Amino acid sequence: MAPLLEIKNLRTEFRTDEGLVKAVNGVSFEVAAGETLGLVGESGCGKSVSALSILRLIPDPPGKIVAGEIIFEGQDILKMNDDEVRAIRGNRIGMVFQEPMTSLNPVLTIGRQMTESIELHMKLDKEGSRKRAVELLEMVGIPEAGRRLSDYPHQFSGGMRQRVMIAMALSCNPKLILADEPTTALDVTIQAQILEILARLSKELGTAVIIITHNLGVVARYADRVNVMYAGKIIETATAAEVYANPRHPYTIGLLKSVPRLDQAKKDRLDPIEGSPPDLINLPSGCSFSPRCRYAIDKCFVEEPPLASVGENHYAACWVLPTKDMPGTVQTVGVAGGARA
Amino acid sequence: MTTQTSTPATAGRNGASGDAPIVEVKDLKLYFPVTAGFILQRKVADVKAVDGISFDIRRGETLGLVGESGCGKSTTGRAILQLYRPTAGEVKFEGQDLTKVKGGALRRYRRKMQMIFQDPYASLDPRMSVGRIISEPLAIHGLAKGPARKQRVQELLRVVGLNPAFASRFPHEFSGGQRQRIGIARALAVEPDFIVCDEPVSALDVSIQAQIINLLEELQEEFGLTYLFIAHDLSVVRHISDRVAVMYLGHIMELTDRAELYENPQHPYTKALLSAVPIPDPELERTRERIILHGDVPSPLHPPSGCVFNTRCPIAVEECRERLPEWRDLGNGHWVACHRV
Ligand SMILES: Nc1ncnc2c1ncn2[C@@H]1O[C@H](COP(=O)(O)OP(=O)(O)O)[C@@H](O)[C@H]1O
Ligand SMILES: Nc1ncnc2c1ncn2[C@@H]1O[C@H](COP(=O)(O)OP(=O)(O)O)[C@@H](O)[C@H]1O
Ligand code: SF4
Ligand SMILES: [Mg+2]
Ligand SMILES: [Mg+2]
Repeated sequence: MAPLLEIKNLRTEFRTDEGLVKAVNGVSFEVAAGETLGLVGESGCGKSVSALSILRLIPDPPGKIVAGEIIFEGQDILKMNDDEVRAIRGNRIGMVFQEPMTSLNPVLTIGRQMTESIELHMKLDKEGSRKRAVELLEMVGIPEAGRRLSDYPHQFSGGMRQRVMIAMALSCNPKLILADEPTTALDVTIQAQILEILARLSKELGTAVIIITHNLGVVARYADRVNVMYAGKIIETATAAEVYANPRHPYTIGLLKSVPRLDQAKKDRLDPIEGSPPDLINLPSGCSFSPRCRYAIDKCFVEEPPLASVGENHYAACWVLPTKDMPGTVQTVGVAGGARA
Repeated sequence: MTTQTSTPATAGRNGASGDAPIVEVKDLKLYFPVTAGFILQRKVADVKAVDGISFDIRRGETLGLVGESGCGKSTTGRAILQLYRPTAGEVKFEGQDLTKVKGGALRRYRRKMQMIFQDPYASLDPRMSVGRIISEPLAIHGLAKGPARKQRVQELLRVVGLNPAFASRFPHEFSGGQRQRIGIARALAVEPDFIVCDEPVSALDVSIQAQIINLLEELQEEFGLTYLFIAHDLSVVRHISDRVAVMYLGHIMELTDRAELYENPQHPYTKALLSAVPIPDPELERTRERIILHGDVPSPLHPPSGCVFNTRCPIAVEECRERLPEWRDLGNGHWVACHRV
């Protein structure tokens, strides 16, 4: 069966005063129907730009999708006209963003915002779409849903607003939901509520989800598969279980080692990744992780490693492909020497 | 830094220091008045940001303070430093109640107590060179004049792992992690004994977080520092703290040794908080028990009567709605405020 979404060699760039930012630099991946895919990586690595590219929401100028294919249900979104894209956005593909306040209209009631898109996409009358809105709000656990339809966004707490966003994203029975850091701005107990709702509903409704986060724990708990991004590229991809049990890219290994964990004995010292992510305008030659890598060999500084198979459905872009137990050598990118930390 | 008198930093680490605590907080309250009226501002209510908390901080230890946003962590830190003057209660520093100290005497105490802030972007004046930022506290307290001051700045930069030549640069030239190092150098300038670290790594990427946490630990050992470490990430707090206090809506719910808190939590809020933290291990996540709390944190303008957690507590009984639970020691320094424990 063809995947629900297939992204091939996507490149998205921004023209800035400082130079050309290669935000998404040749990214390819697939999402199967009903699957939850985690997209992880540190800030600025191109997660949001990847998601926005799927919906063609890149502000132009300064941004532009310069290459690639985004095939959704058999059709290339990059070849569609504006009307066709609009028919997909918020309908076949739902969206949940980090800050619901900026994606909700502050001067319209929640009811108005919800029924508008339901009427438009689902071809329901006023009464029908109102009923659907109430049903959706109940689904995401908003108490007194009927009454709350006449409330404005600011009358909801952060957690409740995010529930509303999920309800809206689900309103037209989408096949795919893009959730960009949906709980980053929320406290842990509220984060747990929201992620449980998202996981339960996507399972019940068979909706695929791309969940973008920098929290490795969130991905471990909710994703079937994981793409790890670094400097605009996917550097490792595998099932969630495999990525955590058997990471093969030095960056993934480093990330997993650098976080303190509740379930493990306290370490004397944490094991950080030295240095900091590269400037996307002046990418290092060879592997973009090479200046920070503990396993780098000479080749890493000149030639870029391809995403290569390292096991069943497991790919990593690295010349060395170490395992997590392999000792590495800390490079002297020590902060005292002036490297950015 | 050579002049610092070095208290054995290990005393607190073993939890067996015989010394008097460096900080003693008793029944501390800090209310922010809410005013109304255009010309005549009159007080109409109080935000009970901190509402009667008591704890000690031992010399040389790190006391972690965790809780969700708005629960009063920063206010607690600022009230200890007398940046906010408490509404009621005592804050003793080295035996002296600071709430009764004013003017020059208070300034002398302030030299011994410093603060590191969350946002490395907002907490450094963009118009000041790094050298001026770091030497400002020296100027305020009339320390190290002329060439000695310049030398001291260079020494401080080295201590926090930055190139001494950075003194002439400006904050915008640095990454988040480097800015946090500058903030730490500024705090260290006056050779404090006690530092309030207010979410010092929350705004940083995980690989950089580990660098800063290691630095804070190294500095503590080198200079015998005592920390109040505020954070909302329980994994980070567990790593760095000797003891941990859990705060909710202006109250401390539980306080005990790090190991005890994570292995044997007693308060239902602590249990929920711990279970809400996703762990980067899908195998483990599959079988982990999760306590999902319902609803939102109530407003500190109208806190619930009785135990402030009762509206979300899964085991609340009638008594919890009627009476504030007593803050009591279960033995061996495990403190908790809950009727059901
Ligand atoms: N509108 C824009 N103009 C210029 N650069 C942008 C714009 N949006 C994103 N970028 C750049 O693209 C890169 C990737 O950003 P993003 O996808 O938002 O990262 P993240 O992984 O944190 O979501 C960053 O370097 C960012 O600065
Ligand atoms: N300067 C202030 N004026 C009025 N209310 C404040 C002020 N600072 C904090 N508060 C309120 O006090 C409560 C506790 O805030 P804070 O101590 O900043 O919490 P935390 O650091 O745990 O997130 C919050 O409800 C906050 O809105
Ligand atoms: S290719 Fe080389 S530099 Fe890049 S991650 Fe692998 S070992 Fe490190
Ligand atoms: Mg983003
Ligand atoms: Mg705070």
